[in-house]
Amino acid sequence: MELLQADDAILIKRYRGGDERALEVLINRYNQRISSFIYSKVFDKEITEDIFQDTFMKVIRTLKLGKYNEEGKFLPWVIRIAHNLVIDHYRKSNRMPRYETSEEYNIFAIMQDGSLNAEHQLIKDQIESDLEGLIAQLPEDQQKVIQMRMYREMSFKEIAESTGVSINTALGRMRYALINLRKLIEENSIVLTN
Amino acid sequence: MDQLYTPSTEKCELVSASKGTVKFLLDYSKSLSIVKAEGMVFENNLN
Repeated sequence: MELLQADDAILIKRYRGGDERALEVLINRYNQRISSFIYSKVFDKEITEDIFQDTFMKVIRTLKLGKYNEEGKFLPWVIRIAHNLVIDHYRKSNRMPRYETSEEYNIFAIMQDGSLNAEHQLIKDQIESDLEGLIAQLPEDQQKVIQMRMYREMSFKEIAESTGVSINTALGRMRYALINLRKLIEENSIVLTN
Repeated sequence: MDQLYTPSTEKCELVSASKGTVKFLLDYSKSLSIVKAEGMVFENNLN
């Protein structure tokens, strides 16, 4: 009862102090407002639910990492996270290739046999999605190194220059990122093979 | 003159995340452990 009437700032303080009930009050307090905000952008209830979940996972991580410093402005902060995730969602959808078949051009005529079939593509997409989720759980500096190395194929020298650290630090971050990823894979019993 | 306006498809609806999603988030929060040591931050999901 006391928690239900507490201000956001007090709830955040209690949550950072280990009171998980404070988080439940915050989620329930803003569930409808944040969900409706997301729904007003994506018009799909399942996607809304996914983005809501991702939003609060980010909120939880940020609070637990002690990086939140906007006391008293909890809702605008969460809305901003949700808004960024909505943008990410549209970016991902636009990245999907779209082909239109015409008389002169037929996509099926140039498709090669070497490409993955639908089932393998589905598995590959699932693995990539699982991996993305795992990488998102790593500390930010480790996420950066993984993204620069694996997705942008940057050398460790370039990574070091770009992040303002020594090559050894960049290598160390990569090493810890891989160790943490392995731990997460084991703990969550995730199978990452096609 | 032709009607150039298209009917608005925008809907304003109040929706809420399901109890299952809320429970997942609470469980995720309980299982997430963050340890800081020697300037490094380690995250564990204690499932």
